[in-house]
Amino acid sequence: MIVVVNGKETELRDGQTLLELLEARDIPADGVVAELNRSIVPGADFGKTVLNDGDHLEVLRFVGGG
Amino acid sequence: MTKDILTIGGLELTSRLFTGTGKYRDDSLIPGVCEASGSQVITVALRRVDLESGTGNVMDFIPRHMRLLPNTSGARTADEAVRIARLARAMGCGDWIKIEVISDNRYLLPDGYETAKATEILANEGFVVLPYINPDLYVARSLVDAGAAAVMPLGAPIGTNRGIRTREMVRILIEEIDLPIVVDAGIGRPSEACEAMEMGADACLVNTAIATADDPAMMARAFGRAVRAGREAFLSGPGARAGMAVASSPLTGFLDAGTAA
Repeated sequence: MIVVVNGKETELRDGQTLLELLEARDIPADGVVAELNRSIVPGADFGKTVLNDGDHLEVLRFVGGG
Repeated sequence: MTKDILTIGGLELTSRLFTGTGKYRDDSLIPGVCEASGSQVITVALRRVDLESGTGNVMDFIPRHMRLLPNTSGARTADEAVRIARLARAMGCGDWIKIEVISDNRYLLPDGYETAKATEILANEGFVVLPYINPDLYVARSLVDAGAAAVMPLGAPIGTNRGIRTREMVRILIEEIDLPIVVDAGIGRPSEACEAMEMGADACLVNTAIATADDPAMMARAFGRAVRAGREAFLSGPGARAGMAVASSPLTGFLDAGTAA
């Protein structure tokens, strides 16, 4: 399936959860915030949030800024 | 002197210098800056994670005791600022937000109308809202009505290190607006932060001037001292100015008084 992750079309395994996507890339789940189809996903729900074909996912975190 | 406390959003601050985390050549400089400056409030931005190449996490370098002030940089409209603010709060690091709505890429000047709209929405959602604005009295008044916790007028465009170019307008906000005034952006030297505090500003936010110094920690210490000096000068009630000289020493009892020349 294709999920648009941070603006980029990304091929993912069917049924993959948000948490699995992060873990596969060594991104600590507690350091990011996610928005799926414009709705914020609480961190506690990452593991049960199954991604679907055509989803738009944003994964963000804090960076240096003024 | 009784303790001089700045209260914003119910939080009592003893330091009136806010700092940022942008532009450091190495984020590992940040803890030293925090310690040397004495700052208790620090800004961060929210950005997309690079999923291909993991990089360092700025949060690893921000001391736990500091109040995080995420900004909405990147927002060009009120709606975008609200979206970013909600995401920032979902990070679980508190409900303070610096509203930054900018669509001008050359001078990075904030859009007062969109900023006020975002402020009202977010204040109603329980955010502690610190909007970044041009020092415009009417915008500032609309922010008071919108429920802002403080107002952050710019001294000069972001990152320019040019000082308090907007002096007269900032002075009017200090006089007229019954909210903490935090001079944000443009402060390039400790003397300029000191000047803002002497004018009666409640605090200064300094990022670029500290982050891009050769020795950021030493510059942070200098800024911390300058802000304290300016604050004490303001509280002490500066004496009147005069056009002509007014002698500081007595004008009587001179050594040769009364003797023939």
